[in-house]
Amino acid sequence: MNTISNVSRRAFLRGVFSAGALVLGVSLAPETLLAEADNRSKGDPRGAVFQPNVFVAIEPDGTVRIVAHRSEMGTGIRTSLPLVLADELDADWDRVKIDQAIGDPRYGSQDTDGSRSIRGFFDTMRECGATARIMLLTAAARQWNVPQSECEARLHTIVHLPTGRKLGYGELATAASSLPVPPRSDLRFKPSAKWRYIGKWIPGYDLRDICEGKPVFGMDARVDGMLYASVEHPPVLGGRVKSVDDKAALSVPGVRKTVAIAPFTPPCGFQPLGGIAVVADNTWAAFQGRQKLNIEWDNGPNESYDSEKYKQELRATSRQPGKVMRSAGDVDAVFAKGGRIVEAEYYVPLLAHASMEPPVAVADFRGDRVTVWTPTQDPQAVQETIAGLMGINPENVTCHVTLLGGAFGRKSKPDYAVEAAMLSKAVGRPVKVVWSREDDIRFDYYNSVAAMYLKAALDGKGRPIAWLQRSTFPPISSLFEIDAVYGGPGHLGQGWTDIPFDIANLRVENGAARAHIRIGWLRSVANIYHAFAVQSFADELAHASGRDPLEYVLDLIGPPRIVNLEGVRYPNYGASYQQYPIDTGRLRRVLEIAAEKSGWARRKNGGGTGWGLAVHRSFVTYVATVVQVEVDDKGQIRIPRVDTAVDAGTVVDPQFVKAQFEGAAVFGTAVARTGEISVSKGAVEQANFFDYPLPRIAEAPYQTNVYIVESEAPPGGVGEPGVPPFVPALCNAVYAATGIRVRDLPLAKVNLASRKAA
Amino acid sequence: MIRLKVNGSEKAFDGDPQMPLLWYLRDELGLYGAKYGCGVGLCGACTVHIGGRATRSCITTMSAASGAEVTTIEGISQKGLHPVQKSWIRLNVPQCGYCQAGQIMQAIALLDSNRRPTDDDIDKAMAGNICRCGTYQRIRAAIKAAAEERA
Ligand code: FES
Ligand code: FES
Repeated sequence: MNTISNVSRRAFLRGVFSAGALVLGVSLAPETLLAEADNRSKGDPRGAVFQPNVFVAIEPDGTVRIVAHRSEMGTGIRTSLPLVLADELDADWDRVKIDQAIGDPRYGSQDTDGSRSIRGFFDTMRECGATARIMLLTAAARQWNVPQSECEARLHTIVHLPTGRKLGYGELATAASSLPVPPRSDLRFKPSAKWRYIGKWIPGYDLRDICEGKPVFGMDARVDGMLYASVEHPPVLGGRVKSVDDKAALSVPGVRKTVAIAPFTPPCGFQPLGGIAVVADNTWAAFQGRQKLNIEWDNGPNESYDSEKYKQELRATSRQPGKVMRSAGDVDAVFAKGGRIVEAEYYVPLLAHASMEPPVAVADFRGDRVTVWTPTQDPQAVQETIAGLMGINPENVTCHVTLLGGAFGRKSKPDYAVEAAMLSKAVGRPVKVVWSREDDIRFDYYNSVAAMYLKAALDGKGRPIAWLQRSTFPPISSLFEIDAVYGGPGHLGQGWTDIPFDIANLRVENGAARAHIRIGWLRSVANIYHAFAVQSFADELAHASGRDPLEYVLDLIGPPRIVNLEGVRYPNYGASYQQYPIDTGRLRRVLEIAAEKSGWARRKNGGGTGWGLAVHRSFVTYVATVVQVEVDDKGQIRIPRVDTAVDAGTVVDPQFVKAQFEGAAVFGTAVARTGEISVSKGAVEQANFFDYPLPRIAEAPYQTNVYIVESEAPPGGVGEPGVPPFVPALCNAVYAATGIRVRDLPLAKVNLASRKAA
Repeated sequence: MIRLKVNGSEKAFDGDPQMPLLWYLRDELGLYGAKYGCGVGLCGACTVHIGGRATRSCITTMSAASGAEVTTIEGISQKGLHPVQKSWIRLNVPQCGYCQAGQIMQAIALLDSNRRPTDDDIDKAMAGNICRCGTYQRIRAAIKAAAEERA
């Protein structure tokens, strides 16, 4: 539960707003925060926080200032959350100014991941807006000495209906600032029909600036007197410097100094990797100096890690019984009877985030205080990690959040910001740490490699009577616990334990795998490999049974119902299952819409052209995707059209939502076609866009049509859910076009020129 | 001493002649519109105009830029919104925005040399500009819209 309070006086004392501004703060109670701490073994201290923090201020000049406490990485959240508040306040959007919040536990979790900002804060923003509106109404009614019921808020003014008198929000701010906050029971929300901004297209707050080249990303942060640094990290996770010769590096013009960064104490968590930093007068000199470093490494035990060997190990594990995560009926008994059994194995390699802006941070360390400017998804993690490693108080770490030049989960981990803080302390000046593209690709927190094994027993019509699925991947929790080998309920709940099919005998398992590299969250995380396996296997079974994949998948989903997950540890993305159950009716509907809009019934497969579909629920949003593909004689792929239907419940800004799903199709194309990080002797083999290629304009889907299902259901996520169904839909389309079934990603490794005649 | 013009004003530089123009613009001049994305000419985030041609500033050394007339996105914006920027705004192209200055500079150069680019022309001209957020469909539409506007 949130408590809204009037902090006008306090905020004025802090000098942030002018005297006489109406300022409302919100304190976020522990329950919500604890629910968000899933998958984190950090012993999150954010629970016990009751102090309010500012969310909205109305200045006497009429400016409405709304705080964006989530990070902007391209999803539009810095616009859409304030928009919800502005709508409820009936503020004029042109007079709204957005302030980006610094890291502060009083905002509750600011970790912008998990596609949950709208879901988590929609109600808070509305309550704040409604509270401020009522206080302005009360102030106006008092001034006119009329009953409040005769007054109405209308676009930045309060109107007295019988007389037509008006007072602007600015004129009322000071009077309102001395009023008590109305009780929650007095709040009246606008009916959705009266929404001014929600559900309409409002251009992003930063749109024009971006097009003029003006906004400040982390890469553009600058403070006076700062030096530039670039860090040579140990090539193998856990490696250390044996010896270093930095003479040549120091002779590069502009290079000032080299600084050793200590290796981390396992588990690695968010600590820097260690290594040798070159500090210089500009980025280029720092890069040059690094190339001249002569370092001998002690690579440590992870030197034996080889991704090809590891793949075979994961596969072998997936063929053996694993830990049972969900079970219904008796799978073994059905399999023992024999009959028609189908088995398949799938594999998805490590994936890198490769946001266009590599990790970067500026830090200024003075005395026992640090100020940081960085593109981070989680400013409080920056504070906590720096504080913990440098032995200072988290309150003494100020983290300014710049715009993020893409993030996709990488920038939830603050290792690079910690480097900047340590280097600033070492050289006594502000320091900007710039990761090169090569650093970004080689030293990522990769999306986990995974091997999946599936087995089904089919009845006479090809419908599964029994279904077994086993997934093996090194878990993200290995960042925090050295011995972690099993996936947590959160990641197994990403498209695995929550399989929505109507099958009487069902077992879901997880195999053990130890990590030898940093594993992290990447746009939709475990959903990527789980949806790939499940939706590919469903397509295989449809073909094996001679049935239309659309009709077959609808049959697998079964009748509209709430999937019963009793007895399954299923965190449901931190949402309550009662409020956000798995509703197969919604799942069916998105699939039917995508199929219908794409013209599925009229499709023509073969001869190098193919259509594929997939449907998946993640981040409590339902998505179905139909992909059309053309494969030429050389095996080159073109994707002329994608149709995606989305049920994300209530949608704040449909333009942002559409853009997220268009982008997800391109992101999915990257995963499916070329996404692979490989490791030899413990070191990542890729370095830049020549060996970790991303789709270019001609390789991306030519046209992605997004259909948003009108819904009054509470809002779901939109940043991530587009990726999981795209990848299997594309591979299913490739099968329809070529007869080649892709079970191991990426497609680039499969020779599609050898297609079977249609 | 290397002399060049940046957004119309004369500059002189006496540092490492091998330093790429990108870092000179950013670290020395404080012009942050051109971005670092790969440093090796593979992503287009650093695109500027030299004598009107789209050029990767990350692989253009200062000595190669000697005597050049360099225009960055800031230089384009000095004269009010360019039709390409306008159509970028109208079609809501950017997501994170990091690649967009490079995309816009590339698109302006394309339209300066080709008033009515076909899909193929667009594919070729924009092939060097990566957008990790995946805004390509809108980039294509915005280029076409800008072309129509100017026609
Ligand atoms: S930074 Fe110049 S092309 Fe990538
Ligand atoms: S808009 Fe983010 S990389 Fe292009």
